[in-house]
Amino acid sequence: MDYSDIQTIEHDVLVVGAGGAGIRAAIECANQSLSTGIISKSLLGKAHTVMAEGGIAASLGNVDSRDNWKIHFRDTMRGGKFLNQWRMAELHAKQAPDRVRELEEWGAVFDRTEKGLINQRNFGGHRYPRLAHVGDRTGLEIIRTLQDFCVHHDISTHMECTGLEIILDEGKVSGLLAYWRETGRFVLFKTKSIILATGGGGKAWKVTSNSWEYTGDGLGMAYRAGAELMDMEFTQFHPTGMVWPPSVKGILVTEGVRGDGGILLNSEGERFMFNYIPEKFANETADTEEEASRWLDGDREARRPPELLTRDVVARAIKKEVEAGRGSPNGGVFLDIASRRPAEFIRKKLPSMYHQFKELAEIDITKSPMEVGPTLHYFMGGIRVNNDSQQTNVPGLFACGECAGGMHGANRLGGNSLSDLLVFGKLAGDGAAKYIKTLTGQLNCSNDEVSKIIKAATDILNRENGGNPYLVHEALQSIMQTFVSIVRTGEELEAGLEKLEKLKVDINEVSAHASAQYNPGWNEALDLKNLMVTAEAVTRAAQMRKESRGAHTRLDFPGERDEGLEYNIVIKNTKSGMSAEKVMRKDPPKELADIGFASLAELEGDTIGA
Amino acid sequence: MEREFKIWRGDAEKGEFKTYSIKLEQGMVVLDAIHRIQVQHSNDLAVRWNCKAGKCGSCSVEINGRPKLSCMTRMNEFSENEVITIQPMKAFPIIKDLVTDVSWNYEQNKMIPPFKPGERKKGKDHVMYQQDVERIQEFRKCIECYLCQDVCHVLRDQDKKKNFVGPRFMLRLASLEMHPLDQDDRIPKIKNDFGSGMCNITRCCTDVCPEHIQITDNGIIPLKERVVDRFYDPVMWIYNKMFGNGGK
Repeated sequence: MDYSDIQTIEHDVLVVGAGGAGIRAAIECANQSLSTGIISKSLLGKAHTVMAEGGIAASLGNVDSRDNWKIHFRDTMRGGKFLNQWRMAELHAKQAPDRVRELEEWGAVFDRTEKGLINQRNFGGHRYPRLAHVGDRTGLEIIRTLQDFCVHHDISTHMECTGLEIILDEGKVSGLLAYWRETGRFVLFKTKSIILATGGGGKAWKVTSNSWEYTGDGLGMAYRAGAELMDMEFTQFHPTGMVWPPSVKGILVTEGVRGDGGILLNSEGERFMFNYIPEKFANETADTEEEASRWLDGDREARRPPELLTRDVVARAIKKEVEAGRGSPNGGVFLDIASRRPAEFIRKKLPSMYHQFKELAEIDITKSPMEVGPTLHYFMGGIRVNNDSQQTNVPGLFACGECAGGMHGANRLGGNSLSDLLVFGKLAGDGAAKYIKTLTGQLNCSNDEVSKIIKAATDILNRENGGNPYLVHEALQSIMQTFVSIVRTGEELEAGLEKLEKLKVDINEVSAHASAQYNPGWNEALDLKNLMVTAEAVTRAAQMRKESRGAHTRLDFPGERDEGLEYNIVIKNTKSGMSAEKVMRKDPPKELADIGFASLAELEGDTIGA
Repeated sequence: MEREFKIWRGDAEKGEFKTYSIKLEQGMVVLDAIHRIQVQHSNDLAVRWNCKAGKCGSCSVEINGRPKLSCMTRMNEFSENEVITIQPMKAFPIIKDLVTDVSWNYEQNKMIPPFKPGERKKGKDHVMYQQDVERIQEFRKCIECYLCQDVCHVLRDQDKKKNFVGPRFMLRLASLEMHPLDQDDRIPKIKNDFGSGMCNITRCCTDVCPEHIQITDNGIIPLKERVVDRFYDPVMWIYNKMFGNGGK
């Protein structure tokens, strides 16, 4: 087959994914006068960023002037259990305030302080009120601002267009083959560089806050193109997802509920988080309800309530309460803000939570507590990138946002994702622009390569007999939910891996009926192989890390081990299949280590670090 | 309990309603039912959706004749024997089954002159007070589900898409015009290009808005008033005749 019959579109840079990271990257490329295209699985403005609720973390210091980038950096490293890439956490903390101000310059309207500045709210793991927000719909504000800004730039947006495979020419990126959802036709993007911004792969689990799009496409495509994945064992279970009714199980309940005063209770009415304060955070966490209440009333000397411990800690605590028989009727715990704040405050600060519970669960959160439980929310791990340029080990291939790994280490703080998208979206655009300047000569997309990809995709439609793609997906979700869950054991991981291995056969034989035109069954079938790469990578990495750190908990290896800090786990595609290996970490630069391990007094006094 | 659904199946050329029956579970919304039909009866049933929590505005359809988000429509809203009829939004061309071509909306957005803030003082942040932004924060809650566009008589029944941008983009224009930092003047375009005069204030858009935005009263009417003040105020009219209207 000759691809001259296939539609071809040429760009300098093709951005894959149109969430916060993708659009920000595209804006940067367009600013640098590159011919820029962006493809998205859904319509513009519908990507996952739109669902982010609580806020975007940046040390603007508008609410508490003691805040600065160093404390944000330190909080991020502590939250990530010091397994983060130091340089990424540094860039993020330093650049986040400028990215937020830039959004305002582009039309975003954040909630205001009394002095008319951008207001900031408290969140888990952040020492000070740090999250710029708009009620509980911050993500919508951000994606709409970026979307409205980008339509006035020279960026070609290709909506409902899904990437299948990256094409290389002598090891360098030269194209990407994709298909239009609307027609089912294929399109070849010839491009000098690709920026992946495809998000995570939460759809490998049954209970997740993620939508159908989150199938690890970027992870799968990058892996098959020879890029490395890193820190895949760290999957964040957000502590508070809805648990009832069954059809909405997993939908997110923002951490902002706790940031604004919400408390967690078990069936005995006990505020159980006081029993789960880790030693390392004991100094900074209130140990009585009285002190926690003073903090809520604004006493700057009081320590933070334990509900605002990091997500990994809260999620595990909820799981333990439920297992001990102290759960709520539908297998969660109670999240109560009704008894803590007046109804008007709740409707004002948490309007979409109010709306969501009222419409979907028939519960008025200004009157009754919510029932919540852990839900797979976010991938800390992802594609391994150069910390400054965001380039992978494949020349011309970049990654940013959730699909890139390294910034968040073993656990992400709430609010650090929206800022991550913008900081590293911009840096990836910058990195791609620099890379393109170094290129000489013509790049080609091989006919063979293109026809192989097309054949693999159309075989699914031509297969007479084969599994129902939805049911194969459900089988995969059930394996991950059971064997690679919030707490793990070596035995379960081994069993999970065996089951995944068997399921690969079903994935290879899946079939879809009817034509390729807007055919969700076929689209689902095509996503399965990326989900499988994602699921296998998480499981293998989880097997290899024999300790409990952040979001990765091994019942057979409780607690952090010193040697666990010495390596990151890197996943590669080899001739004999997927390999996982430990890659030794370098010592951090002294000035960053000093800040990371400094006391708060030193950081607030600004006596440490440059 | 088994329930019957009539779902429109087809493409731009032809189509028909097909009946499907599935078992319901507690707490289900219409989108859950569509998904179940996809899994059990018809893998290729086309539907748009994303967040499943009323935040992204992807799953707009017409349910028993009413434009709604299928993810926020609970099955217990209907009486027990009621057949549920689901069809695509009528105001837009059909692509397949429940999916319509909404690209026209994206084209309208492109025509709107972008946000144009005043200079920021060096090293200083912009200052805006909460009471001054609250009004546009209401408009910015819009999730672009286009249900208001679907129900608007001008777009739906009269098909005057060339003359009117529709409620969604009147709202976007209002959010720019009322932005405390914005320096641009879009009033002439609102009258001449975006068709503010076409809206005859039936408030159907407000009625279907899943975000409960007061589209007509808080968004469209104030814009209409600004247009009237500028172009039809007799004092201003005489003033403009005598001194010119600055090209507006």
